Amino acid sequence: MSAHVISTKLYVTIWIALMCLTVITAGVAFIDLGPFNTIVALSIATFKAVLVVLIFMHVKYTSERLTKTVVISAIFFLFLLLGLSMADYTTRLLG
Amino acid sequence: MATAAVTTERENYLNAEYGIKSWLLTTDHKRIALLYLISITFFFFVGGFFALLIRLELLTPAGDLVLADTYNKLFTMHGQVMVFFFLIPSIPATLGNFLVPMMVGAKDLAFPRINLLSWYLYIAGGLLMLLCILTGGVDTGWTFYTPFSTGFSNTNVTEAGLAIFINGFSSILTGLNFVVTIHRMRAPGMTWSRMPLFLWSTYATSIIFLLGTPVIAITLLLVVMERAFGLGIFDPTRGGDPVLFQHLFWFYSHPAVYIMILPAMGVVSEIIPCFSRKRVFGYKAVAMSSIAIAVFGFLVWAHHMFVAGISLYAALVFSILSYLVALPSAVKVFNWTATMYKGSISFSTPMLYALGFIGLFTIGGLTGLFLACLGIDVHVHDTYFVIAHFHYIMVGGALMGYLGGLHFWWPKITGRMYPEAWGRLSAMIVFIGFNLTFFPQFILGYLGMPRRYWQYPPEFQVLNVFSTAGASILAVGYLLPMVYLLWSLRYGKLAGDNPWGASGLEWTTQSPPTTFNFDETPEVTWEAYDYEHIPLPMEVTLER
Amino acid sequence: MSDSPLLVEHPEHDNPALLHHFATPEQQRNTASLGMWLFLATEVMFFGGMFCAYLVYRYWYYNEFAAGSRSLDIWLGTINTVVLICSSLTVALGVKAAQLGKRKQLVGLLLATLVFGVAFLGIKGIEWYQKYEEHHIPGHSFDVSDIIQNYPQIHIDPSHSQIYFSLYFAMTGLHALHMIVGIGIFAFLTYYSWKGKYGPEYYTPIENGGLYWHFVDIIWIYLFPLLYLIDRKPLR
Repeated sequence: MSAHVISTKLYVTIWIALMCLTVITAGVAFIDLGPFNTIVALSIATFKAVLVVLIFMHVKYTSERLTKTVVISAIFFLFLLLGLSMADYTTRLLG
Repeated sequence: MATAAVTTERENYLNAEYGIKSWLLTTDHKRIALLYLISITFFFFVGGFFALLIRLELLTPAGDLVLADTYNKLFTMHGQVMVFFFLIPSIPATLGNFLVPMMVGAKDLAFPRINLLSWYLYIAGGLLMLLCILTGGVDTGWTFYTPFSTGFSNTNVTEAGLAIFINGFSSILTGLNFVVTIHRMRAPGMTWSRMPLFLWSTYATSIIFLLGTPVIAITLLLVVMERAFGLGIFDPTRGGDPVLFQHLFWFYSHPAVYIMILPAMGVVSEIIPCFSRKRVFGYKAVAMSSIAIAVFGFLVWAHHMFVAGISLYAALVFSILSYLVALPSAVKVFNWTATMYKGSISFSTPMLYALGFIGLFTIGGLTGLFLACLGIDVHVHDTYFVIAHFHYIMVGGALMGYLGGLHFWWPKITGRMYPEAWGRLSAMIVFIGFNLTFFPQFILGYLGMPRRYWQYPPEFQVLNVFSTAGASILAVGYLLPMVYLLWSLRYGKLAGDNPWGASGLEWTTQSPPTTFNFDETPEVTWEAYDYEHIPLPMEVTLER
Repeated sequence: MSDSPLLVEHPEHDNPALLHHFATPEQQRNTASLGMWLFLATEVMFFGGMFCAYLVYRYWYYNEFAAGSRSLDIWLGTINTVVLICSSLTVALGVKAAQLGKRKQLVGLLLATLVFGVAFLGIKGIEWYQKYEEHHIPGHSFDVSDIIQNYPQIHIDPSHSQIYFSLYFAMTGLHALHMIVGIGIFAFLTYYSWKGKYGPEYYTPIENGGLYWHFVDIIWIYLFPLLYLIDRKPLR
């Protein structure tokens, strides 16, 4: 039953980080970075998601490799769906 | 023991409780398996009824039995009922439900109440489907292709879509239950490399349930919303892409073929070693090939769309990836064959089905390679060649596996033996009837007869008559087990705990098992399929 | 058969939360946790179909997506992101309170989560109402002439705009549906926490409810940039 108890301080730190990243991502959207606008926005979103998964959802502290495997395979199959579909859409005009 | 059992039947899961409530509110995986068995059998005969009408219409070249519109509905509902309400739940929900906990040595699945919920979701979806059929049916083809399904068809597309949506959650929850059970509920000593191959293939199937089914759920939801609110996502006149629907649909529906075939492969992997009295050849390869089929299955979906207007380059990639699936499939077929080599084979009913499976699956699989090939696919796309190919997989493969498994575990499920002679006879009838029905369709398709037409040029009639004649033989082959299996419930001779001398934990407990399967948690100290060390029961030895 | 298996004794059956088919509470807990994670994996694929549609049409109709994105209220969108992040904090702290057996704190944190959840839906409702007034809801009265007028420098096809708004409503609608389910689950959890059902020995429902809530939060973390922030930079 020895579940890992995470300190309130760490939770609050992560919360502050998530809040700051939200403000940053909304602010950066107004600056013209060309194609990098999308890249920055999605990188920040991914960073936020990783923080939530690792700390709030305790994946960092679980001794269970299986949880990590489930998370990674879900992401893998999502990218399979997106990637192979886009392989069609991005090359249609070529041939 | 036998005499005692006649007078006072041992306590088991069937007589532990009585009354309709004890069945409808049960959380016992074995009772839920029987609930599924009854409900999928019902839907099998509903789907079979449509098949019968289709074959009757095609007996003559003219469209004379039903109207063209009715014919559209017949093949649509045949497909939807058979795929979503029979084949997909067939082996996993009946044999899987019954066997997975017993094979891992557990008292029940990990989430017994969710298991019951799965059945209710299946029934809810099924009832909606029946309602949809009785109020006029659907005519889109089982594939719901847009923009016809979203913008033009005025049949019950919404109801059918929702029925399959609900049924999808039943699949997802069943798959979730199996994966968790196999990970968490294994008895001491039941390591991954000691698991029966049926568990490996059920595990692989469940992965597809978990990762594929949600995609078709959301896709059908989009179709329903498009019909209700006119979104335009799949409507080409408003900038939508109907091919996107096909991508999303086949992302699930191609792996869904492996949902049907993988459990049947698992059943065959159990039957072949048992009736060859040999350890399975290449255990690891067969186990891993199940996982490989599940994963590769997600990489090939666009081979259903080669002529739908996808990019040539994507088509090339998907064509090459499609060939990949042949590798693990061939691994299985070769290993089963090698298992039988120099084995002491007995041609009992389950073995006949398993051998039929190997032959028919090989034909179905190899003709799949024709279809994965870009050039040939252009020629035979949407012809009866495709119909014949996937029936060889789904009926010749999945259904043969299901019937074989049902016979193999029937003594465990009911405690009674079915009449062996009738069993062998109907296995032969199914095999002959099946080939007579579907082999002519390969030729018809190659000659250019398109699918989904209710009339055809007169020169195709001979082959169509063969096919219809075969279908009626096939129907006899399916009705016979219905009769003698029901008969055996009352008059079959008592089976004993392990009539086949089979390996596996499910055979170590009594038949039918008690509610909690095992008197005490078993401890596994042996490898799977250790047939060199399992003695044959006396009566089996005498019969040979 | 006097020793019926129904009577087999379980060494730990003094624990009322332990179900009959598990050997130990730890096995039961790990089982529930794996089940929840697998369920979340299916949820990823469930939303994945929509993300796929989004990706395809954003690739095809970037102008309409950018213009549609500008018509959303970025203030309300950002506030809603903040609200959800706050609710995730209260959930995380709630799980901790359950682990430590602090009942009152747990109930308070769950209530706070409920308040944040309802606030999110309220704000979302305001946004949807604005879209309704602007005739941006797909259907017969769909009209984006205001967007076309606002951006004369880019070519906008109204039917392609409708695809953007279709996806906007489908994605946020599905997300809101998950929020409603989440609020239902948390109302249930709050009631039983108040009754003192959960403590250091048994808090699996709180933990799994929390996983679900965080997952719904993560979906929003992606929806926010994908729907609101496609193109906010000043037009030339």
